[in-house]
Amino acid sequence: MKVSELICKIDATEITLPEGDREISGCYIGDLLSWVMGRAEADNVWITIMSNINTVAVASLSDVSLVLLAEGVTLDGDVKAAAEAKGINVASCSLPAYEIAVKLSQLL
Amino acid sequence: MKELSLNILDIAENSVKARADKVEITLTETDETLEIKISDNGCGMKPDFLAEVTDPFTTTRTTRKVGLGIPLFKMASEQTGGALTVTSKHEDEYPEDHGTVTAALFYKNHLDFTPLGDVISTLTVLIQGSPDIRWVYTHTMPKGTVSLDTNELKAVLGEEVPLNLPEVLVWISDYLKEQYGEVN
Repeated sequence: MKVSELICKIDATEITLPEGDREISGCYIGDLLSWVMGRAEADNVWITIMSNINTVAVASLSDVSLVLLAEGVTLDGDVKAAAEAKGINVASCSLPAYEIAVKLSQLL
Repeated sequence: MKELSLNILDIAENSVKARADKVEITLTETDETLEIKISDNGCGMKPDFLAEVTDPFTTTRTTRKVGLGIPLFKMASEQTGGALTVTSKHEDEYPEDHGTVTAALFYKNHLDFTPLGDVISTLTVLIQGSPDIRWVYTHTMPKGTVSLDTNELKAVLGEEVPLNLPEVLVWISDYLKEQYGEVN
């Protein structure tokens, strides 16, 4: 499934989608960035509540297809600009991580 | 990082890469705060690099474009209400007294405070990897101080004994454990 399709289906809000046509494969959930860095896999959806510039860096390193911010967390303007510049897809969803994951498990 | 000792390892590795021959790791604790300071006499950073050093997309790495050592250390301090500062003098401008000081302040009672963790392992890993650097470690706590200066060890052992011999590393580890035992 494509990132843009998934965002529609789970009723998330697009923050920036420089590569909305990327395919999604699997999901990783975590907020401790150094931990996520070694564990999230390429093309995963990464669900987190961390929304600073380091989130963008970790997303770039682990090559996840989408950073999905849970619980309605959003990005500051400069972080959003960095995500856009580095080709990182970011969306926000009002649900907690668990409930998002339940929805994903039915779709992926 | 699950432990601040891993952040210390990361930052001290920067000092090694900057060709420092002396690195001081100074921890100063009060009941409420912990300050971690890593000072080296390495090549230092130029002002334009220094200005961007807390940005994860700034790095000296050539293998990838992202460096998270200082950004993650900064985040760990800020999430407790503390702050991180980096000051540096580049060898081109300061041929006599160049180097970098990275200092982070933590509020220990904040829920998001990361525990210090196994700082003794961090030190032995650093000494093992770079036995020729002078490592000066000082951890001041309200109840006392733990310290280690590898130059003092060399004075006792003699210059011909490398500090990364397994026996020496075990001794260093035990020596620090003993000091921590007395303080706590």
